[in-house]
Amino acid sequence: MDSTSCKVKFKLNDKNVDGEIDPRITLLEFIRNYKNLTGTHAGCEHGVCGACTVLVDGKAVRSCLLFAVQLNGQNVETVENLSKNNSLSDLQRNFWEYHGLQCGFCTPGILMSLTEFFRVNESCTERDIVELLSGHLCRCTGYSNIIKATIAYAKDREILVDGS
Amino acid sequence: MVVERRYIGEKAKRVEDHRLLIGEARYLDDIKLPGMLHAVFIRSSYAHAKILKISVDAAKKISGVYKIITAKELSNNNVSDRLPLAFPSGLLHSSAMPKILAENEVLYVGEPIAIILAKNRFIAEDAAAEVEVEYSPLDPISDARIGCKQNSVKASLCCTSNVMKKFSVTSVSVSQDKKIVQTAGSFREKFTIHRGKASPMETRGIIVKPDAFGEKLSVWASSQLTHELRNTIAETLGVQAGNIDVKACDIGGGFGCKFMVYSEEICVAAVAKFLGVTVKWAEDRYEHFLSAIQERDQFWDVQVDYDKAGKILKIKGSMLHDQGAYAPHSITVPYNSASSVIGPYKIPHYELKVSVVRTNKPPVIPVRGAGYPQGTFVVERIMDKIALELGLDRLKVRSINLINKDDMPFMTGLKNRAGVDVVYDSGDYQKCQDLALKEFYKNDFCRNTADNIATGVGFAHAVKCTGRGPFESATVRIGADGHIEVFTGAVAIGQGTKTTLAQICGEILQVNYETINIVCGDTSKIEYGLGAFGSRQAMLAGSAVRAASMAVKEKILNVASQFLTKDYSISFANHQKEIFLQDGEVCVEGRKDVRISFKEISLSLRGSAGYSFPNNMDVGLEATHFFRTDKMAYSNAFHICAVEVCIKTGFVKLKKYLAVQDSGKIINPLTAEGQVHGGIVHGIGNALYEKMQYDDEAQPLTTTFADYLLPTSTEVPNIDVIFNETPSPLNPLGAKGVGEASVPPVAPAIISAIENALNEYNIRITEAPITPVRILELIEASKANTIST
Repeated sequence: MDSTSCKVKFKLNDKNVDGEIDPRITLLEFIRNYKNLTGTHAGCEHGVCGACTVLVDGKAVRSCLLFAVQLNGQNVETVENLSKNNSLSDLQRNFWEYHGLQCGFCTPGILMSLTEFFRVNESCTERDIVELLSGHLCRCTGYSNIIKATIAYAKDREILVDGS
Repeated sequence: MVVERRYIGEKAKRVEDHRLLIGEARYLDDIKLPGMLHAVFIRSSYAHAKILKISVDAAKKISGVYKIITAKELSNNNVSDRLPLAFPSGLLHSSAMPKILAENEVLYVGEPIAIILAKNRFIAEDAAAEVEVEYSPLDPISDARIGCKQNSVKASLCCTSNVMKKFSVTSVSVSQDKKIVQTAGSFREKFTIHRGKASPMETRGIIVKPDAFGEKLSVWASSQLTHELRNTIAETLGVQAGNIDVKACDIGGGFGCKFMVYSEEICVAAVAKFLGVTVKWAEDRYEHFLSAIQERDQFWDVQVDYDKAGKILKIKGSMLHDQGAYAPHSITVPYNSASSVIGPYKIPHYELKVSVVRTNKPPVIPVRGAGYPQGTFVVERIMDKIALELGLDRLKVRSINLINKDDMPFMTGLKNRAGVDVVYDSGDYQKCQDLALKEFYKNDFCRNTADNIATGVGFAHAVKCTGRGPFESATVRIGADGHIEVFTGAVAIGQGTKTTLAQICGEILQVNYETINIVCGDTSKIEYGLGAFGSRQAMLAGSAVRAASMAVKEKILNVASQFLTKDYSISFANHQKEIFLQDGEVCVEGRKDVRISFKEISLSLRGSAGYSFPNNMDVGLEATHFFRTDKMAYSNAFHICAVEVCIKTGFVKLKKYLAVQDSGKIINPLTAEGQVHGGIVHGIGNALYEKMQYDDEAQPLTTTFADYLLPTSTEVPNIDVIFNETPSPLNPLGAKGVGEASVPPVAPAIISAIENALNEYNIRITEAPITPVRILELIEASKANTIST
């Protein structure tokens, strides 16, 4: 460790992270290259595309815009935490059934934003879902089937309400 | 009762998705190899300049920096200085190909000058900040309209003219010419069309690993053309192609921008080879904006003659194409643009003179749609203008000009780049138009009745060439463990290619398609392949997989009948009828006790020393097929949409969108519809948002996703897709291309709708994209015009 290293201590997918790193290492870089969790992707590294979205204390954030050392004491969740024993969660299953992904590069970030959304909201409208998804860029799907998959999930959970 | 497995034409769920959804995909930047160095490129900060000096001493001193390589070192190691010609020689000067690294002169902002190798990307970027390049700036060409003038400054010191190529695209129908048709009217109009970037969510990248003996290279790439990448590395580095393996990783989209072998890829392979180190280059988004290919500006000027019924008699004009600093795919984009003006219409006389102009911007090669959106935009805008001039219905003007289904196959009178006749294979354009209209007006959309909101409807036809040859490859192999593998030169970049191919193989061999392992774009598995471009893989790779699967099936039946005769004394008059395949086994009609597994058959064809081998059979339960074709299948589409335009802000809201697509027989309606959605939203970007902007010094102004706007979910209306399936006679699946066919009609349909909404202002839109500011300017100009007259 060189003299500029900083201590980091936080939770990543329910496991304790404890170590020293260069303070300029972003959370994205830390997750991908220090912890080898490569499900979180670098799409633009300037906070627009949303491919790098993870949850910090339950809130969806752009991991490319945070330094890992800012995370002390917090709880970080990535896409790898969504499925148990390699089986798809209900939301992931809907993305598969409704063809809500093509190249899959933007998908993990979208799943993380939706995870926060569905934990926090007891009800939602179709418009809420479309607005939420506008924080993510996808070049393949034209969003149509992402929206459909998400609306179907909200319906299954019986939390979709009429927005008109 | 045996239930036959039917997959072709079914909404089969994708085999690709599970890994992608749980974060287990392996994109290029997810791969880590021992001792791997990270590459960063020093890129030109000038659009046009001489390089006087490159100082790397300070950068080299940074701890963790391994090497900094310039063009000189590449040349000392016998690496070619330019990419080899990727088109027939003589078409363009060799200076049309990009340099591997610029040595004396830079031709666009972002052109690579040197490569830095370091322990990690952070250190490499630290070093990049310490490299000093001394430039002597030269005047750049930022605008093709200036660059094409004879006395203009030159975009490159090596050229005597900025016009890289002039050509004409002509189609004159003799029979029509003999008739004397009364011209009712004519007009001249100019169009400015921009298309912007491909913008896959995953940027470019490559990893090259030399073996311990310095002989072989293992390459992983985010590329649409792995075989061509292998061949080009071999040629530029002087290595035998057999010593290079290129594998496509999971690829985060391509849309054309990975359908090229880039200088950076060759540079990484070269330094990995001569330094004997493993190197990764994972591009960042800023580099991508600066240096990945684009489609950009075209300036059209056309004269149109028509008769009193609205029938086009003649389109004649010229087009300037902004090619950028190099032309790595020669004239593909402008040629396609010029050829696509004909569209679904009978145009008796068409003549376009094209000038391909060198500018100091990144090179142009095809982006999804490959030049077709521009030509489609021109002819569809012409249709609306004729309707306006004659006071006719816009749909009627289209109908009267459409090629009739009975005219198929239709000789367009055009020649392709190879000089071969362009013939439309099949299609029913009027039917698509009628179907769209009927469905669109079944349910009206909710209209905003506010004073400042104007509502309009627009539509457009398009025809897109798909399925470019000359071939695609497939090997179908059943291993000694009974598993089925398919190897193909096709490359999976997100389209669902693996699912499509698995469906075809699964139906023929009667196994669950999800159990078949499809390997795309791995040069070590199949010797020849062309890759992902030109909406071709379902047609060509699909037909290759079909033929190879049928050959394997025939082999299975043949060996099985030998076994049945020998072991069970069952003989057949016609084994095709009496034995059948079911879940990896050969079964006999009426004999439930008799089953022979694919595994047994595969084992027997693997051979065993000293034991018998099936009679008259080749070794191995496998077959390879190259599906050859030189003819293109022509997909078509008719799109209709409704928009609301705010006359106070110029804001355009898409209210409703319906697309009728004819891509021949659809193998998977689920994934095909997904392709259409993606293409339409790409088109929405081209119509309203996406523009790579440059200043007068050719400095890029849009280098983040905050400046360069992609459509997001809130800009996308509900999109209805209907497939009209006119089979193509050109391949046994009857398929035509899907991926690009939905892009071309979008911008003209949306802009037609905007113009329709604003008809009281009598404005005319001849550009794409159209921004709110420009819409307001047109409205204001129209108001001023009304007052002054």
